[in-house]
Amino acid sequence: MEPLHLDGSPKTPYVHFDPATGLLELKGRSIPENSIDFYKPLIDWIDRYGRQPNAKTALHVQLEYFNTSSSKCILDVFKKLEPIRASGHEVTVLWHYEADDEDMLEAGEDYSGIINIPFKMIQIAEVSGD
Amino acid sequence: MPELLDSIHDLYDGLERRRIMLSFKGSLTPELITVLLGLVERKLDGIEVDQRSRKRVFNVVIECLQNLYHHNGHLRAEQGTVQQTKDPHGMVMIASTDTGYSVLTGNFMAGSEVDHLKDHLDRINALSADDLREWYRAKLADGTYSSAGGGGLGMIDIARRSGGKLEYAFVPYDQDSAFFSLNVNVNT
Repeated sequence: MEPLHLDGSPKTPYVHFDPATGLLELKGRSIPENSIDFYKPLIDWIDRYGRQPNAKTALHVQLEYFNTSSSKCILDVFKKLEPIRASGHEVTVLWHYEADDEDMLEAGEDYSGIINIPFKMIQIAEVSGD
Repeated sequence: MPELLDSIHDLYDGLERRRIMLSFKGSLTPELITVLLGLVERKLDGIEVDQRSRKRVFNVVIECLQNLYHHNGHLRAEQGTVQQTKDPHGMVMIASTDTGYSVLTGNFMAGSEVDHLKDHLDRINALSADDLREWYRAKLADGTYSSAGGGGLGMIDIARRSGGKLEYAFVPYDQDSAFFSLNVNVNT
């Protein structure tokens, strides 16, 4: 299985999903008009990855901004990880937020309350927008 | 010609008096929204030192522009008559206020949708911050998508970040359309 790599853009995040290491990264901004189109390949990739997942999967989410249309899609990404965990593999979401960004911490807590996967909240100094 | 030239000063004066930092009126495309967001971000970087406030205002602008783009009648009024436009059409302004910022939008919408939107806004305005968070979480978790792909979270998110009540007005235009004005105060 091939890794999924997408460069970041002013409205879409950097994506790097590596099946060999189980390291999945989503970083930057997610504010496109049509989030469903953007997230479909990501969700399809995790779907395929879930058939032969790594013993450990870590999804790092480090978003500076995301719009409400992305929020549903991000939830769908998390939902695709639930069956991987249910089948006995270790799955963690690492939710990064800037020290003074209480709203982003709350957003992570909201997801953590909905999704049956352990979340680690990681406070960082500053997310680079570049 | 003097009349036209006078109107430039009148427009300038009006924007100045209302402390408008940025104003745009016209058709909206995804590319144009990217450009507008870039301008807003630069402006905010220059004047707002508190990063948390800056992010809050920028988030409200992001969501207001998305609303403007997705919930839009594709209409404009030319000399009193409403005409169809190819792209979504409307206006957005960002103003400084004594307590922070104000994000203002205006656009035409189908008259038949006014009651539904009004009910939605009134319901949001009646809720406390905790209740808004609870409602947001429930709507996020229900797994359904709205026609615009969002799931009806936009206005709730805007209200949560505003921390105040959403101010709005509908001006009936003709039989089928109304002009929707929204003012979101973000106190910093």
